[in-house]
Amino acid sequence: MSVAPDHSPTMARLTLSERLSVYAPVLLIIAIIILGFLAIPSNSSWLTLTVSGLAMGMMIFIIASGMTLVFGLMDVINFGHGAFVSVGAFVGVSLILALQHLSGSPSLAMNLVALFIAIIGAMGATAVMGWAFEKVIVKPVYGHHLKQILVTMGGLIVVEQLIIVFWGPEEIYLMRPAALQGSITFLGAALEKYRLVAVAIGLIVFLGMRYVLRRTKIGLIVRAGVENGEMVEALGYRLRIVFIGVFLAGSALAGLGGVLWGLYQEVVTAHIGNDTMILVFIVVIIGGLGSVEGCFIGALMVGLLQNYVAFLEPKVALISNIGLMVAILMWRPMGMIPVVKAK
Amino acid sequence: MLNTILSGDLPRSKVLAAMLVAILVCLALAPFIFPGVRSVDTAARICIFIVLVASYDLLLGYGGIVSFAHTMFFGMGAYGVALSSKHMGAGFDALAIGAASGALLAALLALVIGLFSLRVRAIFFAMITLAVASAVAVLVSQLSGITGGEDGLSFKIPRALGPAFKFADIELFGVKMNGKLLKYYLVFFSCLILFLLMLRIVHSPFGRVLLAIRENDFRAEAIGYRVVHYRVAATCLSAAIAALAGALYAIWLRYVGPDTTLSMELMIDILLMVVIGGMGTMYGAVIGATIFVLAQNYLQNLLNVAGQAVADVPLLPQLLNADRWLLWLGVLFILSIYFFPTGIVGRLRKGN
Repeated sequence: MSVAPDHSPTMARLTLSERLSVYAPVLLIIAIIILGFLAIPSNSSWLTLTVSGLAMGMMIFIIASGMTLVFGLMDVINFGHGAFVSVGAFVGVSLILALQHLSGSPSLAMNLVALFIAIIGAMGATAVMGWAFEKVIVKPVYGHHLKQILVTMGGLIVVEQLIIVFWGPEEIYLMRPAALQGSITFLGAALEKYRLVAVAIGLIVFLGMRYVLRRTKIGLIVRAGVENGEMVEALGYRLRIVFIGVFLAGSALAGLGGVLWGLYQEVVTAHIGNDTMILVFIVVIIGGLGSVEGCFIGALMVGLLQNYVAFLEPKVALISNIGLMVAILMWRPMGMIPVVKAK
Repeated sequence: MLNTILSGDLPRSKVLAAMLVAILVCLALAPFIFPGVRSVDTAARICIFIVLVASYDLLLGYGGIVSFAHTMFFGMGAYGVALSSKHMGAGFDALAIGAASGALLAALLALVIGLFSLRVRAIFFAMITLAVASAVAVLVSQLSGITGGEDGLSFKIPRALGPAFKFADIELFGVKMNGKLLKYYLVFFSCLILFLLMLRIVHSPFGRVLLAIRENDFRAEAIGYRVVHYRVAATCLSAAIAALAGALYAIWLRYVGPDTTLSMELMIDILLMVVIGGMGTMYGAVIGATIFVLAQNYLQNLLNVAGQAVADVPLLPQLLNADRWLLWLGVLFILSIYFFPTGIVGRLRKGN
């Protein structure tokens, strides 16, 4: 019989790489920005591209955050998330077109009121729709991933077709509110005003979500539910009700994203949701399913990379995001910030 | 004998057996029973879609994996044949090389996607395939120098498969013995062989392991099967067979384009055929594809008539417009997943 080794605990400082690896995803964004700076010859176009990349990333984040939380909390994978984006875009755009006297006037305040009404209208519509979607489409297939994917995909098709029934098959072109058109010049770079607004809204949403998730009781329950739902239920919380709330909020955020995206493109079609979903899936996967922070970082990376590459080599832009996803999955197979541990 | 051909998977239901025999006879004798360009065309489409849907069933019904890239693999075979015929000239060697390289490329790409996504989580696969397939579809329409872009490619096939070639100077039941007939039978027998091959695969030990993984992957892993290896192998097989079906489709149409091979609508059609026919039963693909293609060809007219009948009622005409065909398919799709998850074949077998 061998003798058990002496118990000799050691206190070792974490190495630099171990301490850095926590921040690696954030550092990666900075790395992409620096690489972009080095690769793009003109500084002013680099600044323009960075801002538009950030704006695009913020919009994708707004859309994707709901989906990642819904997955984390209830293990529901919603392929129909794009339907909320489409409906949000159509409702918002219709409202802006209806409020022509507000959105057409040169005053910034009036424009923002129009934008605000459009956003509230779209978020309200998509929240109601999310509630119905959860009741009719998602609820009967809890716990079956395969059926969830198929049924929510079916829901997406039906919603897209209903949009065509109500709004007609043609795409709707629109003008942004008057004061948000054009761009301002900063350090010799032209920055579109609307993109700055989109970045601001995205930041507000991210900080708001962080506040709710980290500082409030409901956020605590949601985060705990993502990590280990059974335990939260055992403690007496009805996760099902929390989940409906998160689903509603996620749908409303997708609606908000739809309005912003529609105004960004200045044209909306029934496929707008499905088109954004490709980027959303990439973001959700590389961020780590269930992680809001990962989703935020992933969205910024995708937005920046897409804009830089589109400037340097337009035809590669599409593949660049898939390349990014492959690289990240090789590095961290569960995504950058994996959250869902218990499932 | 029959048992060997069908790999021991007898229909196990009288109604199902009758339907299968009827479909087989109709397809085998289609040029003679239903002469006419449109009906033979429909028959060829049914043959090809049976193979395509069955290969998807191999993945969805047996492997329990959802893929949205099946049309991409289908398209790879089709574009393979088109490009090789275009560059090598019309000939059987071009067709063979095109089909083989398309299938090989599809299997390789499936291997890469599978290794990346399936080793983590099976649901990643659905998202990643959707992203990759959309990117490829856009890429194909952008690289118009190679692929012909949105217009697609028309190409020549060997003369022996064209209507100008007569191999016998007689008419059998009023049907000319020309290359078009040969082409139909090339498609028919290729599809029959591929289908029987897939039936063989799902009833081999490999297929059994796939079923075990679908039912409970933890337990399958615990018994000692490498779940990822089996899933990836199923993905590659299914991709290669889909590419072969695509090659046949391109040969039949003598044309390939993004709309006929790569579109998202086609992917949804495939999903619907699998679900309606019955997931996890190869025969479901036969029933689903047949009903669906027939409905697509003939029901759309009916929808048009219904739309005109209610022309005065508000909103109803838009809902019943033939262009809204997809809306009703979507509703049907959701309902069939809720109420008939085993599809027609599952229902028929249970009734026995």
